[in-house]
Amino acid sequence: MSTLVAAQGWRFRKPSVIPGFGLTLGFTIAYLTLIILVPLSGVAWRTTELGWTEFWAIATDERTLKALRISFGTSLIAATINVVFGTLVAWVLVRYRFPGRRIVDAAVDLPFALPTAVAGIALASIYAPNGWIGQLLAPFGIKAAFTPLGIVIALVFIGLPFVVRTVQPVMEEIDNEVEEAAATLGANRFQTIQRVILPGLAPAVLTGFALAFARAVGEYGSVIFIAGNIPYVSEIAPLLIVIRLEEFNYAGATAIAAIMLIISFAMLFAINLIQAWSRRRYGYGG
Amino acid sequence: MAVELMTDMSQTVAAHPAGTRRYRRATTEGPVAKGVLIAMALGFLALFLVLPLIAVFIEAFRKGAGEFLFALREPDTLAAIRLTLTVAAIAVPLNLVFGVAAAWAIAKFEFKGKAFLTTLIDLPFSVSPVISGLVYVLLFGAGSMLGPWLKSHGIEILFAVPGIVLATIFVTFPFVARELIPLMQDQGTGDEEAALSLGASGWQTFRFVTLPNIKWGLLYGVLLCNARAMGEFGAVSVVSGHIRGLTNTMPLHVEILYNEYNFVAAFAVSTLLAGLALVTLVLKSFLEYRYGDEIAAAAKH
Amino acid sequence: MDLSIKSARKEFDGFPALHDVSLDIRSGELIALLGPSGSGKTTLLRLIAGLERPTEGAVFFGEEDASSRSVQERNVGFVFQHYALFRHMTVADNIGFGLKVRPGSSRPPKEEIRRRASELLDLIQLSGLENRYPSQLSGGQRQRVALARALAIEPKVLLLDEPFGALDAQVRRELRRWLREIHDRTGHTTVFVTHDQEEALELADRVVVMSQGRIEQVGSADDVYDQPNSPFVYGFIGDSSVLPVQVENGQLWLQDRSIGITARNVADGAAKLYFRPHDIELLDGCGGCIAGTVAASRRVAGTRRVELEVGGARERVEIELPIEHTAGANGRIAFRPKRWKVFSEREQTASTPTTEDPRIGGFDERELMLATTL
Repeated sequence: MSTLVAAQGWRFRKPSVIPGFGLTLGFTIAYLTLIILVPLSGVAWRTTELGWTEFWAIATDERTLKALRISFGTSLIAATINVVFGTLVAWVLVRYRFPGRRIVDAAVDLPFALPTAVAGIALASIYAPNGWIGQLLAPFGIKAAFTPLGIVIALVFIGLPFVVRTVQPVMEEIDNEVEEAAATLGANRFQTIQRVILPGLAPAVLTGFALAFARAVGEYGSVIFIAGNIPYVSEIAPLLIVIRLEEFNYAGATAIAAIMLIISFAMLFAINLIQAWSRRRYGYGG
Repeated sequence: MAVELMTDMSQTVAAHPAGTRRYRRATTEGPVAKGVLIAMALGFLALFLVLPLIAVFIEAFRKGAGEFLFALREPDTLAAIRLTLTVAAIAVPLNLVFGVAAAWAIAKFEFKGKAFLTTLIDLPFSVSPVISGLVYVLLFGAGSMLGPWLKSHGIEILFAVPGIVLATIFVTFPFVARELIPLMQDQGTGDEEAALSLGASGWQTFRFVTLPNIKWGLLYGVLLCNARAMGEFGAVSVVSGHIRGLTNTMPLHVEILYNEYNFVAAFAVSTLLAGLALVTLVLKSFLEYRYGDEIAAAAKH
Repeated sequence: MDLSIKSARKEFDGFPALHDVSLDIRSGELIALLGPSGSGKTTLLRLIAGLERPTEGAVFFGEEDASSRSVQERNVGFVFQHYALFRHMTVADNIGFGLKVRPGSSRPPKEEIRRRASELLDLIQLSGLENRYPSQLSGGQRQRVALARALAIEPKVLLLDEPFGALDAQVRRELRRWLREIHDRTGHTTVFVTHDQEEALELADRVVVMSQGRIEQVGSADDVYDQPNSPFVYGFIGDSSVLPVQVENGQLWLQDRSIGITARNVADGAAKLYFRPHDIELLDGCGGCIAGTVAASRRVAGTRRVELEVGGARERVEIELPIEHTAGANGRIAFRPKRWKVFSEREQTASTPTTEDPRIGGFDERELMLATTL
């Protein structure tokens, strides 16, 4: 067999009796190119057109830097909160049986299904100073809406399912015997969870964190209503892109977009690395 | 050391005479810990997920059902609903055809660069919606080569319906493909080879063998694709131009109403979108529950 | 450490998995719990470990009732069928885990834990692999690490649940010999569960044969093979042939013919004759023998297995013949078992498995039971 392949040399695909390869692959690549690749490469094209000095000037502009810092900072905080509560929610859903568990499980996907603009205005109305929660926070001098805190709240909403849905299946596959083994070795329940279960979940949790973070950085709809959008304070990078576009400052918009794209592709790459590393080392991915 | 452990144990036992002491399985938490964890998780979900949903409905009816209905009957609202349905009706079938074709090529064949192609298909998920809109502005905008040329031939892309459709296709691009690829990979090529050996044509094989195998997974993908298509905000906002009654989809209409401090109307339109989300969730859960084995995403957890 | 299970009963959601099981295990013994799946052997093992709690009855560790003790407090070494290694920990960390989680006062210093781990790695002959992860080991190596991990906590008893079940035959035999060596060297009271009779007979000091949640027989390999005390044990351990017979005044009859076997202490009426297919003598004529026509003949390794149709009802029995014997089709063969056992049918139907612990009530006192002859 191997000599046969060697004799035939390099080939693009393994032979198969199933028809339709050319048609479906051709269509796939054509559609992908037209809809995704050509438009995306436009960003790269426009960025190179800018030239390095102009690009650098936009990238290091005070307002751009602030917006990027707010976007990445709030996303980091939100993804961290999501890791804690997402893992908790996954644990409760996988391990415990209580009335309404199925409904709760389904509800976790609400942020996937609810249009971001709707989530945005709903959160804004709840956390506004006269809103349900806003007025509870006000006496303590805490302002949620129209501050970076509001951005974090919106991003927690958006990112939650990413952590839950990444961790949940891995948690379901934890072998009961492993926990029993820890118990027979004298570990109490807390030690078993802390030293055996949670470290085993680490690759999945990391992946969930990265997904929630990547999504949060790019998020727009749910944030702009609650953020207040004050330049240098609560203005996120995607919003700055929109503002630049409305000013017909295409160069400015493109440069910020390029920076964000580079960072999100780096994130994507990092996720793949985490999974590959975990699979190589422990024999399972995240 | 072992002796110490022994004394330690006998003390514990002495404190709880045999029989009266509660025995707990090694792999569960105590009822108190359990209760606290469940309460924390449910509290968090109630605060972050349920409360916003309830807020939408309460705010919509704040001034009574009359105001609510009035807001929905407004011509601009109706136009927004129409546009949203039109956009979804174009974008979803296109992505469905693409998803099936891509899954067929990727799942049924082995070829070089397959993993790379799969990554490319997932690309739109890692791009900010705003950038998804931006790319079309760059492609068809005033500064581009294509835009002015098309305009001179009377074709408007940007700030018109075609731009909205394109941006929607971009953001919902991976949904069907990403659902079908793992599903069809799991199913392998055995059934198709059997059908072909029995004399079926390629199309008959797809129609009578493959399609029945993937129909629930396909529906699942379409459901998610549709929810996103109707609800997309960021990408569409960038390319739409926000022309009332013409290029305003429902989510954009919500924004305009909200910014005009017409909260009741904004939330009234939102209830429609929230209703869509709930229907999507119910159908999705039903599919996962009923046809879990035939849906890749559900089979994974 | 002596172990004693006293009238233990275990139900899962009302379904009984163990009925009133009693068993005494002496300190330093190597005991096999042998039985088909669903016989309750794993439940019994988990009861000893404290992973399950008996619905009724008690488990004694030495003189002390351990029933209300949690798994953590029982200090048992448990080895799982699928190893249950912690996959995010290295081999050394896996082995040291039990020491690391001890409460502060009794936790050995880090250095000591590392030293113990490397000692145990020597014992399981995996020195040099301490920094590997479980996924980088073979199945046999993983199981050895699992054993080292269980030994690290200096357990009072060592419990193994189908320890070699997931391994292929070659590795299995190797590990079996090796486990015996370790046992002889460390002297732990050891209980292991298996469904493989060869494993149980070869390895254990005593074999506990279980069926349907009850103990059928406890004894050495010789005891359970040569003196099976129930049809189940006879059938489960080793090859056996069965023939329905009639007992009249201590004589066995196959329809209208006497087969020349005397069975005292067996009630008159229907009974079953059990014998080992290889443990027979061929006879020429047939005045008091079992005669039948050859229905099938197969060559199995060093012997020939012949299926005979016996009597008017054409009951099929299997016997083993030397290969030289030419058992042609439709040839007639007459034979008589050299050793056998007769189990009355009445007892079988009248009182379904009346198994008490066979060591308490020896089978001589149980009149219904059987007659043994040599």
